[in-house]
Amino acid sequence: MEAEAAKYIGAGLAGTALIGAGIGIGSIFSNYLAGALRNPSAAAGQRTNLLLGFALCEATGLFGFVLAMIILFAA
Amino acid sequence: MANDPMQQFEIKKIFDLPDIAGQDIAFTNSSLWMVVGALSIIVFFFLTLKGKLVPTRMQSLGELSYEFIANMVKDTTGPEAMKFFPFVFCLFFFILFANLIGMNPYAFTTTSHLAVTVFMAVFTILIVIIAGIWKNGLRWFKIFAPAGLPLLMYPIIILIEIISFIARPITLSVRLFANMVAGHVILKLFAIFAAFLVTQGGGIAALAVVPVIGTMAIVALEFLVAALQAFVFAILTCVYLNDVYHVDH
Repeated sequence: MEAEAAKYIGAGLAGTALIGAGIGIGSIFSNYLAGALRNPSAAAGQRTNLLLGFALCEATGLFGFVLAMIILFAA
Repeated sequence: MANDPMQQFEIKKIFDLPDIAGQDIAFTNSSLWMVVGALSIIVFFFLTLKGKLVPTRMQSLGELSYEFIANMVKDTTGPEAMKFFPFVFCLFFFILFANLIGMNPYAFTTTSHLAVTVFMAVFTILIVIIAGIWKNGLRWFKIFAPAGLPLLMYPIIILIEIISFIARPITLSVRLFANMVAGHVILKLFAIFAAFLVTQGGGIAALAVVPVIGTMAIVALEFLVAALQAFVFAILTCVYLNDVYHVDH
């Protein structure tokens, strides 16, 4: 296999890290919504934790994206 | 050729400055937009300065942003951490303005460079370490060894805690950097695709409406991300500052 082709395959594989991040973000928001509908009065206080969880979760997927960018453009 | 999505992150020299220790020091477009960001923050808060008993719109904007950060610091770290309020305030507004200015056409996003975000993240962690040791002395190192565990667990737990502490500046900087780069690359890719469809002519050119609508949706998302990432950076700084005051957790 040519090195160039392997590079693109590797970048594509690194991008699959975003699958996990997508599942994680979906789970965070669905659980928040489920909890907020059960107890709407407590929902506003947990919005900070919601956004924090969202950001922490999204970051893990974006590490894969950064890796893909490094493979494509830097290495 | 303008078809490279990474071209927008290129750093260009505006004028040279004297070299320090063999390093090439220059005033670049990145520095220029940092200065623009800092100046617009100063202008923004000068416009909100005129204090009246019944606040005008601009004044309440300034007061709301002050209260927003003040409540964030108080709720996550505690009232004793208000010493660090100016630091968190500066971080939040610098990142917010850098992100929002970067959303303008032809502007440069300073936070899309790892060097800038790493500097802010490492500075935050150094403040946590220095202030922690300043305040608690060597007792501060107890944050690596949570109390109330079986003795056998400690070697593993201490190792894990140290690794997670070292990972903090890395995740903090890469999160901001990756979010800004990813958003701008996607925007550029959609725009390139639309331009490509238009050059094809005929019926295919009409299809260019689809990526243009996509671009508009992503611009809206990017404004959300720009504000959210500034918020996340500030709140994580507060969470990390917790370690200064609450050693026995």
